[in-house]
Amino acid sequence: MAEHTTDSAGSNGSGHAPLDVAAIRRDFPILQRRVHDKPLVYLDNAATSQKPRQVIQALVDYYEQSNANIHRGIHTLAEEATGLYEDARAKAARFIGANSSDEVILTRNTTEALNLVAYTWASDNIGPRDEIVITTMEHHSNIVPWQWLVQRNGAVLKYVEVGADGQLDLAQVELAVTPRTKLVSMMHMSNVLGTINPVKEIAKIAHRNGALMLVDGAQSVPHIPVDVKDLDCDFLAFSSHKMMGPTGVGVLWGRRSVLEGMRPFLGGGEMIDIVERQTATYNVLPWKFEAGTPNIGDVIAFGAAIDYLSGLGMDRVREHEIEITGYALKKIGAIPGVTIFGPKNASERGGVVAFTVDGVHPHDLGQIVDYEGVAIRAGQHCCQVLSTSIGVPATARASFYVYNTPEDVDALVAAVEAARDIFATEVAPVVAR
Amino acid sequence: MSLDDLYKEVILDHFQHPRNRGVLDDPDVATRGHNPLCGDEVLLAVKMDGDVIQDIAFGGRGCSISQASASMMTESVKGHDTSDASALADGFKELMSGGGSTDRLAGNEDLESLQGVKKFPVRVKCALLPWTALLEIIQTWESAPGHPSSIVG
Repeated sequence: MAEHTTDSAGSNGSGHAPLDVAAIRRDFPILQRRVHDKPLVYLDNAATSQKPRQVIQALVDYYEQSNANIHRGIHTLAEEATGLYEDARAKAARFIGANSSDEVILTRNTTEALNLVAYTWASDNIGPRDEIVITTMEHHSNIVPWQWLVQRNGAVLKYVEVGADGQLDLAQVELAVTPRTKLVSMMHMSNVLGTINPVKEIAKIAHRNGALMLVDGAQSVPHIPVDVKDLDCDFLAFSSHKMMGPTGVGVLWGRRSVLEGMRPFLGGGEMIDIVERQTATYNVLPWKFEAGTPNIGDVIAFGAAIDYLSGLGMDRVREHEIEITGYALKKIGAIPGVTIFGPKNASERGGVVAFTVDGVHPHDLGQIVDYEGVAIRAGQHCCQVLSTSIGVPATARASFYVYNTPEDVDALVAAVEAARDIFATEVAPVVAR
Repeated sequence: MSLDDLYKEVILDHFQHPRNRGVLDDPDVATRGHNPLCGDEVLLAVKMDGDVIQDIAFGGRGCSISQASASMMTESVKGHDTSDASALADGFKELMSGGGSTDRLAGNEDLESLQGVKKFPVRVKCALLPWTALLEIIQTWESAPGHPSSIVG
């Protein structure tokens, strides 16, 4: 087993002592590397997080010790692999407060989880003139599957507009959701604005109108405590790779009564019960939605990532991010010519700060800060509808996680100043060369 | 590899003082080039005189590389016929590809300055955006009804 050093970072998840960030940083080998001869400052966590060596070691252990296909062998390795795989599912269930592991379907990523709902429950339960309500801040993965659905079945895709403050207005949600609404689907936390949407209140509005509530938790589950019983939603989708786990693993949690009424998504091995020449019957939850050999090794390592986060305690993860985001809002906001998007108060938003700098295009900014070793994202962040709505074609985005420090923010600010210097230098116009 | 290879003075000059930026009143062909990854957008319009690009203008928003490349492109093809412009566009695309050379740029030093972009693979798309729009415009023009090349013998 890998040696765990997170004890010093605290194994008491409910404690109020701050995270030991220095100890956490020692768990992430990649933070030791240099980029363009500068120490790496990784501020692209909303795109994907880095992985602690406990997660990397879980992958190595699995492939060196237990690799086998699951649910079908009677030999020792198959039993071990099956046990580890199902343990990871149980960890994911506990992590989000699910009643049972049976409600946790393992997918490739959040996108696949959303598509699963679109092609099964939504296809069967949403008809002509029925409504799907989403918001203008959605990621493309929570827009395009619904566009396809309404193109197929004549339903209506409605948007709740994001306000100028980056927040949703509950009164607007009340207006948009009607008895014709069958599904309300929205992100819990915006990957651009950082907005934390009141999904618990919105789920009540959805249910009052007879609609189901789907929460895209890709940005929230890695960063804030999320409990599906407390939210009282019907579906929750999220990805392993944004919460220290490997790529290629996602989760669709669904309320048992809803999942049981759904037909399977992909057909194949594992998802069946009895197969005859012309027909088949299907496996029980959750395997009826998991056709084919799954991503066993990565799911097991995802379990190690959940262990790591649980060891830190999600309350303390959130507290750390409020602190670092507050510092970033203050320091980045003090740079001349900077505009920051989203809610102003760090306690009302996630650890995502999207901004523009007058005279420096975000793409140039991303390139120049990379030369200072600072990794940020630039562009539309898979949210073109939001870009159009707020009239900002592109932004630069810094996003934080447990291993980020105020010094990381300082490095970003210095790098942004360097970019401003390059573009602030007026080049003499050349008439003829 | 250094940032100076990318942000050369001549590139910043074209970015800060773009040539042929604006709109044409009555364009013969217009198009919109778009890079969904970064949100860069180039609006391109031409006024033709036979096969000669009599006037050309670009608009849109984008990073310094896409905007400087658009400025240089319009300057290079204005007053030239479509076959010269196509050849230059092909030459520029060749420059931006792996082993490209500056041989087919007709000695255009401004365009040669963009070869540093090649060292930054993500940015090659930015530099190519206006040229792709130009080739689309030429293709539209040449396949328009009445154009000699659209009349198949």
